[in-house]
Amino acid sequence: MSEATTDRSARETPALGQVERVERPRRPSAGQNALVFGWRAVLKFVHVPEQLFDLITTPIMFTLLFTFVFGGALAGTPQDYLQFFLPGILVQTVTFNAVYSGMGLSTDLEKGLFDRFRSLPIWPLAPFAGLMVGDILRHLIAGLIILTIGLVLGYRPEAGVPGVVAAFSLLIVIALGFGWIFLVLGLLVRTPMTVMTLGFSFLFPLVFASNVMVQPDTMPGWLQTIVAVNPVSLITTAMRGLMAGSASWGDLALALIAPAVLTVTLAPVVLALYRRR
Amino acid sequence: MTDAAPTPAIEARGLRKSFGGVEAVAGIDLIVPRGAIFAVLGPNGAGKTTMMRMLATLATPDAGRATIMGHDLSADPQGVRAAIAMTGQFASLDEDLTGRENLVMLSLLWGFGWRGARRRATELLAAFDLADAGGKRVKDYSGGMRRRLDIAASLVVTPGVLFLDEPTTGLDPGARQKVWRIIRGLARSGVTILLTTQYLEEADQLAERIAVIDRGRKIAEGTSRELKAAIGSGMLHLTLADPAVLDQASALLAARLGESVQRSPEGGKLSVPARSSAAAAAALTALSEAGIEVADFSLGSPSLEEVFFALTHDETREATA
Repeated sequence: MSEATTDRSARETPALGQVERVERPRRPSAGQNALVFGWRAVLKFVHVPEQLFDLITTPIMFTLLFTFVFGGALAGTPQDYLQFFLPGILVQTVTFNAVYSGMGLSTDLEKGLFDRFRSLPIWPLAPFAGLMVGDILRHLIAGLIILTIGLVLGYRPEAGVPGVVAAFSLLIVIALGFGWIFLVLGLLVRTPMTVMTLGFSFLFPLVFASNVMVQPDTMPGWLQTIVAVNPVSLITTAMRGLMAGSASWGDLALALIAPAVLTVTLAPVVLALYRRR
Repeated sequence: MTDAAPTPAIEARGLRKSFGGVEAVAGIDLIVPRGAIFAVLGPNGAGKTTMMRMLATLATPDAGRATIMGHDLSADPQGVRAAIAMTGQFASLDEDLTGRENLVMLSLLWGFGWRGARRRATELLAAFDLADAGGKRVKDYSGGMRRRLDIAASLVVTPGVLFLDEPTTGLDPGARQKVWRIIRGLARSGVTILLTTQYLEEADQLAERIAVIDRGRKIAEGTSRELKAAIGSGMLHLTLADPAVLDQASALLAARLGESVQRSPEGGKLSVPARSSAAAAAALTALSEAGIEVADFSLGSPSLEEVFFALTHDETREATA
């Protein structure tokens, strides 16, 4: 080894790279690992608060436009329409947000960050658990902002605080269910922009061909059939029920079918794709 | 590991990996002794990164087996992961976080508590000349700082084996010197280092042993000196006064010395193995008799570049020393 080249600059920082040997501490639990990734998600909020802007601009615009432009025509008065629309716009917000978490994953993979995580002796699913912690935070923040705007505009949940808490709990379960689709996309597709394009071209028809914006009575028969079985419709119905205090156990069960099926089928796919990369 | 070690740091046999019918790694054996700096040298697309990713548990080999610090790659991947660290070609850092936060995050993942993780981050930032940049987001780091942070991130717990995939690609000369010093420092503290590089100078400067890889196969292995010796004891380097007569001079030298001539037409430079100074002198005389003027000449050991050229362009030559 030639030392001649190093001696010249050795004076400034004689200890560059000279680290003492450090042994591994006691092996952390899977839960501890997952919490670290959750902490990472929180830090990202602190450093990049702009990302919230992306999340809430569309739903705020939708709320205002639909309420004041179409609301009167659709429901008689903007006030009546807002009462109908707000639970639906919450569903739209969290499903659209799931696209952003797929983009985040795709970005991490593109940057090689997950290679580092995968070469660490940690619980293999911890990074995904951490993503979900971040997602839950995102959904809660976006949902609360939309709800606040709704309350300011005159929306009143008949079931009060317990109804809202129940509705938000359902919302998060549903969002996590849909999240799997975008984790798979994030793992399969190399570029974050493609994840977004694919995600929205799938979600737009799914959200519009539902009862989020309007009751399907005036739609053609074939479309009414689609709307009736569209998971987004089932979820929106349950949300409306919870916030109005009129939800049945049946409504809830129907709303939970899609998230449950997605979790059971896609979680193993995510794990397999992650391991195979 | 200062004690007498029973197994090599890395022992790989017949590693293979194909992507869509193309063999990226076509059967590679590798033995890296503990505490060594070992360089894997090869052009882009030679299979260096794929081989390293397999050894770091990031890709599953199609065939072959390997042990890293005594842990079997397929039977005990978590054991391997606990004994290694890898710094990939692209900075594996979270760009939205600060340098310090990145190191704290990794320390926490390794199992340090809050206090321990913070202390570890401070130590690493100081050791890598990043103390002032710890609070800046990685996004705003220069290429050299990023690379240093990336290597620091691999040292939260001192690994048995550190994999460095093209550690200085894209760095300016000053930053490259710093990374070289880091690598030498780590080797002195007992970390086995496997690095890939396409820079011959880098392998020459750093590594005790070098494996040359081309098209998924190992075509030579040895110390820098052994590799150079494998293509002949001496090398005659010539610069012609008039580059236009390059073909003529090249043909003459090939006939005279009975060796293939390496040529770089840009500067009218020629290199050819010469067995003795007498043979070299005779060749120079022949050139001057043919009216070819030589501007500059020297007789010396071949550069690693010439070795590499000879190995990759002359498949019949076997240079395992």
